[in-house]
Amino acid sequence: MAVLETGAAPTPKVALRPRGVSRREGWQRRLPLLPALIYIVVVTQIPFLVTLWYSFQSYFFDVPAPAHFIGFSNYTTVFTNAAFRGSLVRSVVMTATSVILAMLLGIAFAVLLDRKFLGRGVVRTLIITPFLVMPAAAALVWAGPMLDPNFGLLNYLLEPFGVHHVAWLSTHALGSVIVVMIWQWTPFMTLIVLAGLQSQPSDTLEAAKVDGAGALATFRELTLPHLRPYIELGILLGSIYLVNAFDAVRLMTNGGPGTATTNLPFYLYQQVNFAFDVGGAAAAGVVTVILTIIVATFALRMFARVFQFEEASG
Amino acid sequence: MTALPLRPGHSGRPRPQRLREMSGRAGWGIVAWVVAIAFFLPVLWMVITAFKPESAAETWPPQFIFKPTLSEFRLVFSGMGPFLTHSVVATVGSTILVVLLSVPAAYALSVHPVKHWRDGLFFFISTKMLPIVAAIGPLYVIALHLHLLDSIWLLIILYTAMNLPLAIWMIRSFMLEVPRELLEAARLDGAGRIREITGVILPIISPGLVSTALICVIFAWNELFLALNLTVTNAATMPMYLISSVPQEGLYIAHLSAAATIASVPVILVGWIAQRSLVRGLSMGAIK
Repeated sequence: MAVLETGAAPTPKVALRPRGVSRREGWQRRLPLLPALIYIVVVTQIPFLVTLWYSFQSYFFDVPAPAHFIGFSNYTTVFTNAAFRGSLVRSVVMTATSVILAMLLGIAFAVLLDRKFLGRGVVRTLIITPFLVMPAAAALVWAGPMLDPNFGLLNYLLEPFGVHHVAWLSTHALGSVIVVMIWQWTPFMTLIVLAGLQSQPSDTLEAAKVDGAGALATFRELTLPHLRPYIELGILLGSIYLVNAFDAVRLMTNGGPGTATTNLPFYLYQQVNFAFDVGGAAAAGVVTVILTIIVATFALRMFARVFQFEEASG
Repeated sequence: MTALPLRPGHSGRPRPQRLREMSGRAGWGIVAWVVAIAFFLPVLWMVITAFKPESAAETWPPQFIFKPTLSEFRLVFSGMGPFLTHSVVATVGSTILVVLLSVPAAYALSVHPVKHWRDGLFFFISTKMLPIVAAIGPLYVIALHLHLLDSIWLLIILYTAMNLPLAIWMIRSFMLEVPRELLEAARLDGAGRIREITGVILPIISPGLVSTALICVIFAWNELFLALNLTVTNAATMPMYLISSVPQEGLYIAHLSAAATIASVPVILVGWIAQRSLVRGLSMGAIK
């Protein structure tokens, strides 16, 4: 059922077009692509060009003076600013920790779900649900009913283990936010790894069993290598979303206490909404984009490998 | 492929071992159930708390037996009207726009591909990697100048751009599965491009189209960052209603839980229904 697009699709015997595509034919092919292409260029690229422009301007919402050119001074501020560097580091820590832990949990859950047992469908449904809960709702429900020091469910459940009214969001802020991110993204990883497990040819597993290989050895030597592209895909897509994590930070801790949970998205949000510093935020944004492009270049290469493109034909 | 570092082989299973295997299977089932329930617990707690009267929601120890009430739900229903409308309009509007744009684009990247279809595909996906947060200030300024600030159109436009790459990748993967013989047959019958899409491709990929649309609905419905930054009242969506349900002071836990439940339920149901195609959508069509 679940297969990555492997290998090249057989090229059709009868080509639907002559070898050289005529100019008219070329435009006929391009035409359906243009609306989406133009749309995405206009909506996603123009704001970044404007960001680049403002990064060289001094522009504050709360100052009546019009924007004016100030050269690289926004960038100097960004690079000398400990708050920016701190939020950058926290972004990396938050993303990496939550993606890796969600993936490990996801592998464990997928292995569980790959077995036959009573009510497997229901268990699967329960496990994917956290991913479907609106992130804002998840953040607020965790912050209040779950983690509140005075009446939260977690403290009640942990009381037998000697935990007494811990104020999780002030004493373990970063950890709490990461836990919620893991809780929301583990189902995603589970589904992807499960698809990988179910695509594993059963005859190799049978053969390993006949040869007397233990369950652990089989998992390490056969299953994990088979899962590798699925794990890579999960980590890649998870990172794309989690690096932008904002909801949990804004609604659980508001970046605090202090700046303990201020990641890049929240930092940029603060710069615009509370410091009104469009120029400074733009420069920080440009630096963020450049860093993202460096990471994305690797990510895209990985993407190409994971997808193993079949040739589009015709 | 069977050359494995093997433990000393043992073939032929004696009875006790089979018995152990069977109980082992049941054991794993129990483990899976316990894990799933623990994992689901916060959602369950949210729903339970939503049925509490406010006075029973903030107690120590937490109350598990109480007289359920719908009063918080009623309060939520009476307050969320405009937010709900905005969310529905932004979600449905952007999803329709996504489908209209992505079907032809996916067609041009699969069935009769343009010359640089690979570059095209990667360009679309690369826009997903650009952090939109980086451009939030300028986005605000642009929206201000276009008089789109706090307008539902702005959210429709941005959510469309947000979901378009995902939809193109996903729909393309469905189009690649359309048997070529059918396309050729249609062509021999003299069908043009438009009839090829509407007459042959769309009927075959319609289940895929539906699951693509559902994934777009999930992401648009749940979006908070753009809504929070670019809207105030005229286009504020359900996630923002949730925020407004947390007051500066006073009891709010039951009210918040009711609001969170109502805000989440549509997407949870959609996700449960689309469970089978969820993986495919989330992996952008890579996993079938």
